[in-house]
Amino acid sequence: MDGQWRSHQPFRSPFDPCPPLPKAYVVPPNQYITYQPEGLKQFSPREALKHGTLWPDLYSPYEARYKRGSQA
Amino acid sequence: MWIYEKKLQYPVRVSKCDPKLAKFLIEQYGGADGELAAALRYLNQRYSIPDKVIGLLTDIGTEEFAHLEMIATMVYKLTKDATPEQMKAAGLDGHFADHDNALSYHNAAGIPWTATYIQAKGDPIADLYEDIAAEEKARATYQWLIDITDDVDIQDALKFLREREIVHSLRFREAVEILKEHHSSKKVF
Repeated sequence: MDGQWRSHQPFRSPFDPCPPLPKAYVVPPNQYITYQPEGLKQFSPREALKHGTLWPDLYSPYEARYKRGSQA
Repeated sequence: MWIYEKKLQYPVRVSKCDPKLAKFLIEQYGGADGELAAALRYLNQRYSIPDKVIGLLTDIGTEEFAHLEMIATMVYKLTKDATPEQMKAAGLDGHFADHDNALSYHNAAGIPWTATYIQAKGDPIADLYEDIAAEEKARATYQWLIDITDDVDIQDALKFLREREIVHSLRFREAVEILKEHHSSKKVF
């Protein structure tokens, strides 16, 4: 997993009916850039197309959180 | 649970008999960026937001209800003694036909409040950005309301409400920073 994820644990009551699910959220890299500096490293054109951005620093990967057929 | 104090957060004085102003103020009562929408938005989002910022949403959501009371007081004072003729002259004849002098959750154009005005995405960053945007839009609305009246007492209360939007926006932006820097443990799945 990449460093863009933050996990947290909501309050859990002894009377909660279901087993707990892990909780996490993404903080994409745009949250750390106020105004994009010039001269950032660039992907090759082919890689840029695949990533949806020319700049690796702006890339935020996202994979499905739940595997099909499993609980978590 | 809430504890109620039987007073307004900030005193509301209305010094001019101007029922038409009520028609505009109602935007902050039942409009998309109004106080009802704000209160319900924050108090609903707080269930799924990380623990660190739940208290902030509770506090601000509660304060929005205090603001709702202030707007309601202004609208009530402006319309409670208005005759049907005055309501008509103020463009409130449609309102009068439906509600007499009762308040109703709708915007300045008479469109009823709807839950589609508020959003809870479940993504903390997206939710807080919605909240920041809502505060800035409410600030702008208060500016236009201050522009549209020359009642200095109403303006005084509206200026208080406008300032609260500025403070709340900052608090929500601080909440984003808290959630950005929160690195307690590695993601598990």
